[in-house]
Amino acid sequence: MIRDPKDLKRYTASERVNHWIIGMCFILLALSGLAFFHPAFFPLTSLFGGGVWARILHPYIGVVLAISFLLIFMRFHRLNVMTDRDWQWLRRIREMANGDDHNMPEQGKYNGGQKLFFWVQGICILLLFITGLMLWRAWFDLPVTLVRVAAVIHSASAAIMIAFTFIHIYAAIWVKGSVRAMWYGTVTRAWARQHHRDWYRQIVGK
Amino acid sequence: MTNHWVDIKNADLVLIMGGNAAEAHPCGFKWVIEAKKHGSAKLIVVDPRFTRSASVADFYAPIRTGTDIAFLGGIINYLLTNDKIQHEYVKAYTDFSFLVNEKYDFDNGLFSGYNPEKRNYDKSSWSYQFGADGYVKSDPTLEDPRCVYQLMKKHYSRYTPEMVEKICGTPKAQFLKVAEMMATTAAPDRAMTIMYALGWTQHSQGTQMIRTGAMLQLLLGNIGVSGGGMNALRGHSNIQGLTDLGLLSNLLPGYLTLPGEKEIDYKAYIAARASKPLRPNQMSYWQNYEKFHVSLMKAWYGDAAKAENNWCFDWLPKLDKLHDVLQVFEDMYQGRMNGYVCQGFNPLAAFPNKGKLGAALAKLKYLVIIDPLATETSEFWRNFGEYNEVDSSKIQTTVFRLPSTCFAEEDGALVNSGRWLQWHWKAAEPPGEAKADTAIIAGLFQRIKAMYKADGGAFPDPVLNLTWPYRIPDQPASEELAREYSGKALVDLTDPKDASKVIRKAGEQLDGFAQLRDDGSTASGCWIFSGSWTQAGNLMARRDNADPWGNGQTLNWAWSWPANRRILYNRASSDPSGKPYNPKRKLVWWNGSAWTGSDVPDFKPDSSPADGMGPFIMNPEGVARFFAVDKMAEGPFPEHYEPFETPIGSNPLNTNPAAVSNPAARVFKGDMEAFGKAQDFPYAATTYRLTEHFHYWTKHCAINAILQPDQFIEIGEELAGEKGIRTGDKVKVRSNRGQIRAVAVVTKRLVALNVNGKKVHHVGIPIHWGFKGVARMGFLSNTLTPFVGDANAQTPEFKSFLVNLEKL
Amino acid sequence: MALQSLDIKNRSATTTPTPQARSTVEVAKLIDVSTCIGCKACQAACMEWNDIRDEVGSCSGVYDNPTNLTENSWTVMRFSEIEEQGKLEWLIRKDGCMHCADPGCLKACPSPGAIVQYANGIVDFHEENCIGCGYCITGCPFDVPRISKKDNKAYKCTLCSDRVAVNQGPACVKACPTGALQFGSKEDMKDYAQERIADLKERGFDKAGLYDPPGVGGTHVMYVLHHADRPQLYSGLPQDPQISPLVAIWKGATKPLAALALGLVALGSLFHYVIKGPNEVSKETEAEVEKEDAA
Repeated sequence: MIRDPKDLKRYTASERVNHWIIGMCFILLALSGLAFFHPAFFPLTSLFGGGVWARILHPYIGVVLAISFLLIFMRFHRLNVMTDRDWQWLRRIREMANGDDHNMPEQGKYNGGQKLFFWVQGICILLLFITGLMLWRAWFDLPVTLVRVAAVIHSASAAIMIAFTFIHIYAAIWVKGSVRAMWYGTVTRAWARQHHRDWYRQIVGK
Repeated sequence: MTNHWVDIKNADLVLIMGGNAAEAHPCGFKWVIEAKKHGSAKLIVVDPRFTRSASVADFYAPIRTGTDIAFLGGIINYLLTNDKIQHEYVKAYTDFSFLVNEKYDFDNGLFSGYNPEKRNYDKSSWSYQFGADGYVKSDPTLEDPRCVYQLMKKHYSRYTPEMVEKICGTPKAQFLKVAEMMATTAAPDRAMTIMYALGWTQHSQGTQMIRTGAMLQLLLGNIGVSGGGMNALRGHSNIQGLTDLGLLSNLLPGYLTLPGEKEIDYKAYIAARASKPLRPNQMSYWQNYEKFHVSLMKAWYGDAAKAENNWCFDWLPKLDKLHDVLQVFEDMYQGRMNGYVCQGFNPLAAFPNKGKLGAALAKLKYLVIIDPLATETSEFWRNFGEYNEVDSSKIQTTVFRLPSTCFAEEDGALVNSGRWLQWHWKAAEPPGEAKADTAIIAGLFQRIKAMYKADGGAFPDPVLNLTWPYRIPDQPASEELAREYSGKALVDLTDPKDASKVIRKAGEQLDGFAQLRDDGSTASGCWIFSGSWTQAGNLMARRDNADPWGNGQTLNWAWSWPANRRILYNRASSDPSGKPYNPKRKLVWWNGSAWTGSDVPDFKPDSSPADGMGPFIMNPEGVARFFAVDKMAEGPFPEHYEPFETPIGSNPLNTNPAAVSNPAARVFKGDMEAFGKAQDFPYAATTYRLTEHFHYWTKHCAINAILQPDQFIEIGEELAGEKGIRTGDKVKVRSNRGQIRAVAVVTKRLVALNVNGKKVHHVGIPIHWGFKGVARMGFLSNTLTPFVGDANAQTPEFKSFLVNLEKL
Repeated sequence: MALQSLDIKNRSATTTPTPQARSTVEVAKLIDVSTCIGCKACQAACMEWNDIRDEVGSCSGVYDNPTNLTENSWTVMRFSEIEEQGKLEWLIRKDGCMHCADPGCLKACPSPGAIVQYANGIVDFHEENCIGCGYCITGCPFDVPRISKKDNKAYKCTLCSDRVAVNQGPACVKACPTGALQFGSKEDMKDYAQERIADLKERGFDKAGLYDPPGVGGTHVMYVLHHADRPQLYSGLPQDPQISPLVAIWKGATKPLAALALGLVALGSLFHYVIKGPNEVSKETEAEVEKEDAA
């Protein structure tokens, strides 16, 4: 659906599908994983048909997420290389959070926060994937000490990932005009100019 | 057992040798633990292997298999040399002072009277010197060189600790430690019990091993006392009952014996067994033999047994020789048998040299199997690959398999090791077409009787006249049989002292064997069981565990033969004046007018100590014998002989080639050649049982198969090192008769022993696998074992033979 | 299985207290290794009572069979041969659940009520609540629970909680022929153990003692050991077992802390929005873009 021919294309359909597979997997994983993490969340297993189904599904969803993320990673990792400008941006994140983004350094397709999120997610998913396999008793039986280390890493990584993802989601909601980039792929030029001026310049050539 | 299971808790010292009670008798072993826990008893284990019993022992000493007489003879020598014997006991209660025939001699491994061709002895010189009064001469000073004490001392003086080490491989220090511990029980207030089983019986000189143990116990004054005794641990729950009821080829029920083929005169048959006392004032209880015999014949033949026909004496078979299992299979192997009825017995698995057994069975026209399980024997003709490699097409034997019941599927009594007849009740109905053994035998009998009746036959009388008073002839009830064994009055029995007093009316159950008569007025199917079912009912079913003296003597729990007596020879627990040796563990004593106590006195109840009657009332001497006179096949004193397959090839105690192994043991033609030599088969092998299994039965049972699923053999680390075998490897074990394959368990529990200057390794071979059942398929271990038995009991030599070993 | 609910002291994945009105005597099974003959009657009784059958296995060169605990073998005998001052000892230990006072399995279990600890000290698995995650294995300091390949439920010794509930001893204790297994109140078992230890000390085992490891709050299955100073001689019985610090981190304070942190992030975002409002494209920028368009 084309809303405005002047809008800028930010994500292709395949990128969007990829993202939302990850997104759905993440939600399912977070809901089922939290259920195992703290008793307060255990009722969430009902969403999956009960504790046993949650336990069965969680790791398979994890594998889907890992593969999907690998694709995203291959698509975007170059765009997410951290530069000095990104670090500057991160140092001034307080201004950003205050909604005062006028003096923020000009950003490319991704700002420092997004890049950081990208790498944190990447590391967390790698850790979650490896330790998740180690915890997956249906297929693997490893020495208990390894399993215990894995359990700690798995939960810590998950907590970090969930926290970052909250911020990711909130940022998308907070920065108006962002969500549509992942819904139908385009952003307004004004949005691009304001938030990713450097990328804007590259695209429109100004 | 002279004593009983519970009494083991009263021991101060427990010797387990020639057995592995923890492994093979775990339930009874609780009493050893009780003795340890509550009596601070010490436990000694002497065994080629560090066994499960050894795992809870205070002291363990290794020994080469088959050399127990050397070890125990060494202890006897130690006790005599160091004067660690109970003097009063041996003087008063044994033949210590008796004088022995001047012609008796022992020289270079052989006793006087040996016949090398026949491999037996003329035992006429193995006797006492008799005085003019007809009694055995004795020398109370013990100084006469022909007295038993002096002869014994001389005989065992050769069994020095060094000689023990040389023969047994037991390091001298360990042997001496055992000797010292045992010697402490010479004190009248200390007792040692000896627990043994097939580790002593299954040797070519097994009976003598047991005798050596008994002699040791006599020297220490440990027979007839609480916490002492010679305690045979019976392997099957009712194997004691088997011998009690005379299920051996030469026995009648109650240890009465069948006549030999020359004993055709009834009076002479009785006279030979009703021994007169050999010493003044002795009881010689077997003088009552005829009462037991006539009562047995009345139980069997009823009115047909009369004084005029010598109570049917002529109907009894007269034995030409022993027809033990080895002899039977030899006859079968030689083609001299047509049929074989195999009841509750799996000989292909349970007897030695499986190859020979299988070949023997294949020569039968028919084989009847009565068993609850599909045994290997019942499928000896079927090819099970390498486990039973036979050509079925060449075997024409017809096999009839008659399924029978298990113990829990029938009522009845089992006799335990301690001679208790304990009644038990059916817990489940038998499956399918299974029938009780009694019903199967009764059914066969009814049909055979009908055939005799219809067709006559060469000798129908014993069959046609057999009493068969059972309500349902095809199904004699256990209760009916039990009452018949116990015995009843056939006419009104009057008091011998007062003819006007009727003590039992005709048809009433008797109170015990003291009421049995030799005039045909009583019937009892097994005199030693007499009193187990009286007018008061079934005493075997009693379950009162009251222990008024606190010494484990629960006289109202079940019933013990003889006469509910729990400890045999218990008169010997008191000194000659009738006072208990150990006031803390009193059994029976003289109260001034009678014998009384916590047990039924094994004695004439009113015989005052002043009369001097000895406590061993079954012996015509009234005392226990160190010198066995003519009772044993290979000599009056136990002598060490090597197993027929000896790893050292010679007997360090002599230089006589005829006396390397038991000179009086029977060896069939061809079997001598089948013995292996140490140069080809260098390792001493021994077979045994494991706790997880019971013989060849429990491999049919899932739980036991799970607990010990797979055939294995055990070797020491040193031998394993030499052979490059690691634990878990597959190995092949060969003897001169066959081979088996198994997993090797390499263990510290088997050590190499230095024997006669040579290193001897043991190979341990558990027996429980075969080609039937739910456990993993395995080889019958008796593929390997030699076809030779003990010279007296003909129990096969399963415990000592030679093998070779290779890694696969 | 289940005792009635008034007797449950702790329940897995449950943050509120269980009914506490009733108190019960703590029970214990005492395994006197010094009188154990390794006959495996306990294993047989366990299979019989619980109606579980393992595979018919094979011999791996030792007496141990089944060779390890499994979902169908809740207790196994472990045999080890050691030499102490030139003297051979064959140490035979019955292995199985120790019923810790501070059970690592229960701590790790994420499924409410899949693992309970009764007031009498028995730690029991309620398989109908088990989700099969295996966290109990991860949490156990003694390597006891096993997950069934067939149903993916965790199994272990129940200390025959069903029998104990009706005043019967565990099946293994009932079957033990030598009295090496004893069952009763924990206090009585400790007293009895002292008698055995005194006897062992008299027999030269100076280091004989009771194994009731404080690291897990004590256990409701205890051992009398001849060498209590070196429990690892007994086929690796842990010297000083405790819930692994890793498990403590994983299932301890971090659990509420992380939950709290996530909550704060969520709340923080919400209030950030409320306070700071949305980050919209400024009018200025929009104007600039329109201007460019016009150009």
